[in-house]
Amino acid sequence: MSAIEPSIVLQREIRSEGIIPEPKLSRKIVNIIRQVTDIERYCNGCGTCTLVCPNEAIEPEYNPQHKFIFHKNTGGYPYRRGGRRNDPEPSTLDHLKFTRISMLTDPALDAGRHEFRIRTYLGRILPPEELPLKIENGKLEISRVAKRFMPPVREIYPVMIGSMSIGALSPNMWEGLAMGVTYLNEVEKMPVVMASGEGGMPPRLLKSRFIKYFILQIASGYFGWDEIIRAIPHMVDDPCAIEIKYGQGAKPGDGGLLMANKVLKLIAEIRGVPQGVDLPSPPTHQTKYSIEESVAKMIQSMSMAWGFRVPVFPKISATRTAKAVLNNLLRNPFAAALSIDGEDGGTGAAYNVSMDKMGHPIASNIRDCYLDLVRQGKQNELPLIAAGGIGKKGNVAANAAALFMLGASVVAIGKYVMQAAAGCFGDEMNRCNVCNLGKCPRGITTQDPKLYRRLDPDKVAERVVEVFKSIDVELRKIFAPLGRSTDLPIGMSDALCADNAAIAERLQIGYVC
Amino acid sequence: MCRLVAITSNEYLSPMEGVLALETMHEGHDGSGMGLILKNLGGEFSDFKNHPILSGICSNEGLRILDQFMWDAGFRIKYEWRPVLKPVSAIKKRDHYFAKVYEYPDEHINKSLQAKEDLLLKTRLALRAIGENNQSIIVFSFYPDVITIKEVGDPLQLSEFFGLTDSRLKSKIIFAQGRQNTNYDINLYACHPFFIQGFGSMTNGENTAFGPIKEYLMSRGVMGYAGYNSDSEVFAHILHFTMRQLGYPLQYYKDIITPLQASEMERRLENAVLTLLKASLRPLCIDGPNMVIGFTPDGTCFMVHDSKKLRPGVVGGTKGKMVLVSEECGLDSVVPDRDHSLDIFPMKYDMVIVSPGAEEVRVWNQLYGWTTTIN
Repeated sequence: MSAIEPSIVLQREIRSEGIIPEPKLSRKIVNIIRQVTDIERYCNGCGTCTLVCPNEAIEPEYNPQHKFIFHKNTGGYPYRRGGRRNDPEPSTLDHLKFTRISMLTDPALDAGRHEFRIRTYLGRILPPEELPLKIENGKLEISRVAKRFMPPVREIYPVMIGSMSIGALSPNMWEGLAMGVTYLNEVEKMPVVMASGEGGMPPRLLKSRFIKYFILQIASGYFGWDEIIRAIPHMVDDPCAIEIKYGQGAKPGDGGLLMANKVLKLIAEIRGVPQGVDLPSPPTHQTKYSIEESVAKMIQSMSMAWGFRVPVFPKISATRTAKAVLNNLLRNPFAAALSIDGEDGGTGAAYNVSMDKMGHPIASNIRDCYLDLVRQGKQNELPLIAAGGIGKKGNVAANAAALFMLGASVVAIGKYVMQAAAGCFGDEMNRCNVCNLGKCPRGITTQDPKLYRRLDPDKVAERVVEVFKSIDVELRKIFAPLGRSTDLPIGMSDALCADNAAIAERLQIGYVC
Repeated sequence: MCRLVAITSNEYLSPMEGVLALETMHEGHDGSGMGLILKNLGGEFSDFKNHPILSGICSNEGLRILDQFMWDAGFRIKYEWRPVLKPVSAIKKRDHYFAKVYEYPDEHINKSLQAKEDLLLKTRLALRAIGENNQSIIVFSFYPDVITIKEVGDPLQLSEFFGLTDSRLKSKIIFAQGRQNTNYDINLYACHPFFIQGFGSMTNGENTAFGPIKEYLMSRGVMGYAGYNSDSEVFAHILHFTMRQLGYPLQYYKDIITPLQASEMERRLENAVLTLLKASLRPLCIDGPNMVIGFTPDGTCFMVHDSKKLRPGVVGGTKGKMVLVSEECGLDSVVPDRDHSLDIFPMKYDMVIVSPGAEEVRVWNQLYGWTTTIN
């Protein structure tokens, strides 16, 4: 960032050595490290200096009286950055706790020794009345007569890695995540999946059997889809699902943005674009005219591309209009789920005002949608995927469990993985947050080999595995005292209370103090 | 914990057999109440096999309202059973306990059984709604050949209070449970066994998945999926939903409430069916410690456990008289001279199914299929 630089200063020193003061002035030239005061080269507090200073002489100190935001718009360009919403307060999810503890009338389960089924479904679930079943000799059998479209459904781990593109992330980071996810599936038998983000995937991965652990995202820029379409005839397995991105929690109403300084050779090749140009995706799909027509068509087109064998679902920013989207999708038999991304989600690049002031918290949005499904008796038909701020304060399993109980079938995490698996410096006090500049000091969100070689993909993969295994243990430690083990406690709001009366009332759960 | 006993026989039995079995298991329950369902009635009800019987409790005012309501609805009374109450100091007497046998309204006499069942359920729910706030009318069942008795108090004292010891009341199926719920305030509607349109169940346990199951059932748009004063009521309604609404054979009840893991399903020929059921009926998956005893309209009785078998249960007896009970001492009290080696302690994958009249006992194992132990 060049916020500090070596410099030379003339130091003036007054000394007196006798018993009677006889001040003598001397001047000397010394080498120092100086912090610059240019707003374009501000110290973002990342703290990398503390890692490299050999004698621990320097460290950042947060200035709560800073006036940064008043000045960071030189040239008429509002402040743009990466990271997350600058709000250090606990999220709604951190105000929730699990208060239905199994005591005496029903013994608590043993998180260490009992069997737990921590799995969920991704895909449209048919109601029992529509299943193509017949009774033959006292047994149920699949009826071949009933020609009914059977939506594809995946059984996955209920915590997934949300969309972060290969481009927003460095090759080492993305590779580390991908290897971790693959290890979890292949070795640990945990069906954790990962979404690609916009911008395609390495062709070799597209054509490998590991593609089944990945959700391919198509967004409004369609970056990377030339390569994906070309790879389809050569695919040996289907992807886990297709995510159509219509919105993102961190910057609702904005399209994706990969800034020019991150569009280097590898990214340009995968995305099929020239190097060194900004890659802004439009805020909406250009073909989108109405949800009934165009969104349905897009879902059907993507389904058709894989022979209707792959679940296709849209992802939207959390919004007060989410229920309208939900109800439209309910009427579309090909819509496999609805992913809702809350305001506490992260991004690689956005305007500060979008990140800090636009959007809707995930908790109440998911709750509203779930209760709407319950009113229609369709709570088991269209899975809700919740994202945005899960694990903001480090309580990733507790936040995820709370979202399940509010009605989510799946939760997606992004920033938490970046912090836990790769040591991201960012926080809600605007620390670092330079993901947009390609200068990530950790090598997570950069395409500069000098920076991303700081990140060992094997170490990232190892941490991803550790993170998910510990999430699994913590989920058991939550579910066991609630007496739940046979299935995910989706909608089990009777186990959930808030320590804030207004939150409790809004979410229609209990209040405890 | 609740203590449960179900007796199914090819002969008419006194309900006291069930009550005495509860008494032998007294150490395990607090004697706070009793629920009895008698099905396939004999004695004075033998002549009314196809006529609906309304079982309940009313205040004086409630009884007047009930009679008027039934008259207006076109039901004509054919017979009425009233227990010969004996004063027992510990039992707080209510005004009227009854089982009233009705003739169907004229326009329903020739309708299908399903239409009649819907009429009976609708009528019972309407009566419940009228009397629920002030407890002036409490109705437990309204169905042919079924009587339900429930009250607060010790089961043995209640049987004396109701005069069951020398009553002519007899039935081939007896379901008895010896405790009021402890989860919520005492409410007779929370007392097992629960009944809906020919299906009944009682549970020794705590259904920790009650909330989502209740929400799912209530959103099915099926009449009668309401109330839920007890978390165990959902077991009866899941049974009703499985068999009456979806038309599935009884053994799939087990696959719905405790579905197999994906790896276990691969052993079953119906793997594809089970995969669909598991996903589609996911909200009906139960959790927590539960042992469920139930019956279906044809008089088949069954016992089933939660997926970890966290509560006990045993089935035993002789051909023609089988007992499904929460503790073995209860079984000993009803059928002491049985072949003990044929006692069945169902495990987590099992469902014990006793045919009507206890002519055949079969165990349905989710992994290995059927085993017949008595036929």
